[in-house]
Amino acid sequence: MDILVIIFILFGLLFFIGGAVGIIRMPDFYSRLHPAGKLDTLGIMAVVIGLAIYNLHHFDTLSVLLSIKMILIVFFVFLSSPTATHSIVDAGMRAGLRHWTQKQRKE
Amino acid sequence: MNSLTKEVASKKSSRRTATFFKSFLSFFLTFILMFGTWLVLSGKFDPLLLWLGGLSSFLIAFYFYDLLFPAFESGYAVTFIRFSKYAPWLIYEIMKANFHILKIVFHPRMKELIDPHIITFKTNLKSDIAITTLANSITLTPGTITVTATSDGVFKVHAIDRESAEALPGIMLEKVAHVFGEDV
Repeated sequence: MDILVIIFILFGLLFFIGGAVGIIRMPDFYSRLHPAGKLDTLGIMAVVIGLAIYNLHHFDTLSVLLSIKMILIVFFVFLSSPTATHSIVDAGMRAGLRHWTQKQRKE
Repeated sequence: MNSLTKEVASKKSSRRTATFFKSFLSFFLTFILMFGTWLVLSGKFDPLLLWLGGLSSFLIAFYFYDLLFPAFESGYAVTFIRFSKYAPWLIYEIMKANFHILKIVFHPRMKELIDPHIITFKTNLKSDIAITTLANSITLTPGTITVTATSDGVFKVHAIDRESAEALPGIMLEKVAHVFGEDV
């Protein structure tokens, strides 16, 4: 059980690191949103599921309820994260920001 | 004349019973959802708290039953079952695509691998919920972000490389269309 928890949390942390590194390394506004919006979503899913399993060590009604609340967090992040990413991209588009292309690398 | 009015009246009343039944179902589902959320979030099972929770869920469900399930139809159950089949597939796709993005992010020559561009495609999706689901699914799948989605089903998608762009609209559109019973 503990091994499963550790695997989940390490997995989530790997995705969080990937998201952070991606924000720094990507070339422009739009491509930065790719790692920022989505690696984090999967990262939070893995970490919170790991914690929810860990929380079930003392198995009683309260800890089950607490785990359900944690899963609810994941559910709401899954709903709100794509919406937020989409609205940020939309704001960039409305402001008329051009996206980075391969051409700009060659120049 | 008399029989005609009677017939009209009976038709009307049967329709009224049908609408009543439908709104009762919406009310009941809303109530169950509210009360379940109350139970999970409060985590206490004193009679007083249960009673208060039941009362407030009842009042909310009574006044706002048409917000969550505006027109209750039997199609809801079918959609729900199909959606619960779609969700695991979506999570699997998200995992697969996340590893792809992770590889790109840590790649030493990242800027040669990526090729951001915007693709536009038209779908025949009609209902708002289907369009929203597809737009959110596209955004959740790493490598692609929905830029705009209009109500007549035109999607503009920002893709980070050719490989993620090729997958669109393709199989995801078919699955979403199947979930909500629409043509591709």
